[in-house]
Order: sequence, then C-alpha cells, then structure tokens
Amino acid sequence: MKKIVLRGRKVVGGCAEGEALVTTQRISGWGGIDPRTGTIIETRHELRGQSFKGKVLVFPGAKGSSGWSSQFHVARLAGAAPAAMLFNEMTTKIALGAVVTHAPALTDFDQDPLQVIATGDWVRVDADQGIVEITKKKAALE
Amino acid sequence: MLDGAHGPAVQKAMDLLLRYGEALGAEKLVDTNNVCATVGATTPFIRDYAARHPGGLDAVFSEFSLDSAEVVKIPKVKAYTSHLQQGIDPNHAEQQGVTPELVQLYRKGEAFFGERGVNLLNTCTPYQVGNVPVKGEHCAWMESSAVIYCNSVLGGRTNAEGRESAGAAMLTGKIPYWGYHLDENRRGTHLIEIEVEVKDTADWGLLGYYVGEIVQERVPVLHGIGQVPNLARLKHFGAAASSSGGVEMYHAIGVTPEAGTLQEAFGGSEPLETLKYGVAERKLAYERVNSTGRDTHVDYVMLGCPHYSIEQIWEACQLLEGQRVHANTSLWIFTPSAIKQVADRNGYTRIITDAGGHLMTDTCSAFGRVMPKGTKVAAVDSAKQAHYLPAIMGVEAWFGTTADCIQAAISGRWSGRLV
Repeated sequence: MKKIVLRGRKVVGGCAEGEALVTTQRISGWGGIDPRTGTIIETRHELRGQSFKGKVLVFPGAKGSSGWSSQFHVARLAGAAPAAMLFNEMTTKIALGAVVTHAPALTDFDQDPLQVIATGDWVRVDADQGIVEITKKKAALE
Repeated sequence: MLDGAHGPAVQKAMDLLLRYGEALGAEKLVDTNNVCATVGATTPFIRDYAARHPGGLDAVFSEFSLDSAEVVKIPKVKAYTSHLQQGIDPNHAEQQGVTPELVQLYRKGEAFFGERGVNLLNTCTPYQVGNVPVKGEHCAWMESSAVIYCNSVLGGRTNAEGRESAGAAMLTGKIPYWGYHLDENRRGTHLIEIEVEVKDTADWGLLGYYVGEIVQERVPVLHGIGQVPNLARLKHFGAAASSSGGVEMYHAIGVTPEAGTLQEAFGGSEPLETLKYGVAERKLAYERVNSTGRDTHVDYVMLGCPHYSIEQIWEACQLLEGQRVHANTSLWIFTPSAIKQVADRNGYTRIITDAGGHLMTDTCSAFGRVMPKGTKVAAVDSAKQAHYLPAIMGVEAWFGTTADCIQAAISGRWSGRLV
C-alpha cells in the first residue's frame, strides 16, 4: 500500500499513531474545547461536536485565549488528549500547549499537511525523526 | 537553575522553560520582572483536582503551573507577579451558587500565594489597577485581552503566555526570547482602512471581532480612526480581536506608541493585504457575534468583560440610576476588587444594588462558569463574552451597546439593533 511521507520539525518528541482529524480552522483552547472529552465546542467551528481524543489532530494553529495550554493540559489528565498534533503556524499558545500535552508534535513541513492529510487517514508520527507516514483511507479501502 | 542549586521547584521551572523554548525554536531566554498569571485553584477542573489531591496547593502548582507530576514545594516568587482572574467572587458566593468548600479553597489560595509574594489583583485587566508596563518592558503575561493591550497600547513586550510558562517565569524571572519580544515581529502585516465612524465600546468590539477573524494571529494596522478612543474602547477592541482570532498585537495610526505613521507601523514594508471596514463589514460582524441570539426574553445581563473600568461603571450607573431591574432578569457587573472599593466610595455600587443589580469582582461568567440559576438567554456588551459564553455555558447570547444591555435588564426583553 502506498504511503505518503511528510518531513517536519520536532516540537515535542515521541512516536504515536492514529486516525487523522483535520480542520482548516484554527482551534481555541479555553472556550473552544471541552477538555473532559476532547470535544470542540466553539459555536461556529466546523468541527463542533467532534472529539480529538486519541486522534492525530491536523490543524493550522491556535487562536483565542491564553488558557490554550491549560485546557490541553487538563485534557491530557482526563485521558482526552490527541495522540499527536501536526500544525503549520507556530505561536506560544500552541508550543506550550503541545509541550504540556506530552504528545508528539511537529511543524514546519515540506508539504502542507492540511492538503495531504484527510480526516480518517491513518497517520504514524515519529516526532524524534521528524517523519509523518500517511496511509490514505481511500487507498486502504481499495 | 537547571542543576537544582536553587531548589527543585526552580529546577522544574527551568526544565519547562527549556522544553517550551525548544518547541518554539527560541534561541535564548530573556529576563522579566513582570508576570501576570492565574495560579489559584478555584477555576473549573483544577478545583476538582485540588479537592482530591493530598499534596494541596504545592501539588496544584507543580502540575498546572510547572507541568510536573512530581510534587515540589513552591518557594517565594522571584519575579513581580500579578494574579489574573479567579474562578469565583467569594463575596457573592450565594448568588453565584458557589459552595462553602470552594470559598474555603479560595481563601486557602489567597493565603498560600500571598505568602509567596503574589500581588492578588485578581483581574483580567491588571493594567487598570496599577500594573502598567513601560514601553519596551519585557513581560510574561497570560490573558489574551491583557496581552494585546500590553503589546499594542502600552508598548510592553509579551507573548500570550500560558499557565505553565507564566508559572515558570514567576519562579525564575525568565521567559523565551521569541515572538513579540523582538522588534521584527512587532511590525504590522495587514492594513485595515476604516471607513465608518467607530464610537462606543460596542463599536470597537465589532471592529475587533471582524478584524481578528480575518487576520487571525497576524498584526493588523488600523488606519482612519476618527475620535481618539479611550482605555475601555481599546480594551474591547483587543479582547474581541483575540477571541475571534489570535491577535496579540495591533497598531492604531496616531494612537498607539509604535505607530506614529503608517511607515513606522509597517517598519518600512508593504502590507501583506489591505482590507476595508465599512458599513457592510460592520453589519457582518454584528450578525456573527449575535449568531446565537434567538429568544428576546433576557434572563441575565452581564457587563464587565473584560472587567469594567471605573469610568464604565459610572456610565452604567447613569443609565441605571432610579430604575429597577426586571423581576425575571439579573444584572451582574464585574470589575477588579480595587475598582470596586472606589465604586463603593463613589456611591456607584449603591446605585447598582438599589436597582437590584450586583457589582462583583475576581471572576466572570465564562471564566468561573457562574451565572444566575436557570439562565438560558444572556445579554452582553462584550464581543468576547458573546463569543465564549454560548460555547462554554450552552446559553444564547445577545450582543449590543451598554445602553442596549441596561435597557434589557430593566425591561427583561432584548431590543438592541445595529444603528
């Protein structure tokens, strides 16, 4: 089966894999997620009602409150954190959020992960090596 | 500090700062002696952790402010530290439906962090009650509405820090030298040509809500402002722009300290994009911020997001004096406790309570998840609160001017519209 490989810069080390949850909209932490379930709650967000728990979360970056890291921190303690985070735009919110989530995280990719990865794809993240392996859901079904 | 010579808590703090700095790609740390953070245990989720953890507030600080599962003893702070919001107002516990145990936890935290040297301002607006950074001062602030005010209006230098990085900065006096600490990242990226008059705080909130959603985490430059805005208007602009987007810095030509001219604001570069804010854009922002409002029966009017200034309390009092809040509606106004003391002295608090409202401190409805029992529909004069309250509390929210909100408190009905 054909795999797509992305290369990026390590934000937080470690390896993880899971199903991708992709959004082109930035995510708010405080007031944007319910950290007990990992569910997006922002009123006009395209992922509203969906949970990132155990998923590889692929998104442009963080926005909103400085409580971003604190909410993802609580999500980790509640067992509702994403398995890994892949994002494009570096900010202090997302850097600290990724650090305290203790999940592998990468940024600065050679290709835009929002273009390459679709929700439901299987994604393996090796943040220490800076490698993301994507198995397309569609290909997997064939 | 990393070798443990300054004790285990400082060691954990330094370890976190280095992991965070590496994640950012920062080259070094910078000294700071101005930290703003929430460290108390009265906020939702953390209060549950505090209640069941035998390690007390040392454990809460270790986990939530240092990212350390190992409980370390928390020493006195090294950097000047102001406390941001708490999860409750201990003096309105009954109205807020807060348990005596939670009030006790508040008092415990007050003693614990007071002993460690924390300045317990307990507000999202430290700049309204004496913590006013000087242009160029390196800070480590949390609270997105305070961060954007510090960078843009005061010329202080801070990124939007989080609970853990601010906690580490308190104990070390250091923060990554990255982002808005550096000149080159403070320059404008987007030019906003303002073609309508932007007057009251609601107007400034709408402008911020529109601009934030478009520029996201970039640096907008406002051009064409008529009347010079006051503190409250810029406060509402920033709070809105950092809610619909992630704006941490903006310039207003001729008003803010790093934007005497367009050229200065953009550092000599061309804008990446030029946007206009006219009648249509203002209307769109109004519709977006009012997207949850349906039922015109208003249960609850909340003012003071961000915490009201004394001037805003005075304005609300002028609209309220001699009137009576509707029997089916509650009016809560939030302000820093230092400002409430002045409001008490000025007789403003009396005007509010005589009308049947409450002047509260320390927290707000979205942050503390405190509302009058049974609230289904709220009315607010803050685009930030209108953005967050429905998501957090599952209520409908109407957004309008302060006058629209006071009118709703008196009549029990929402009749606000864009004029």
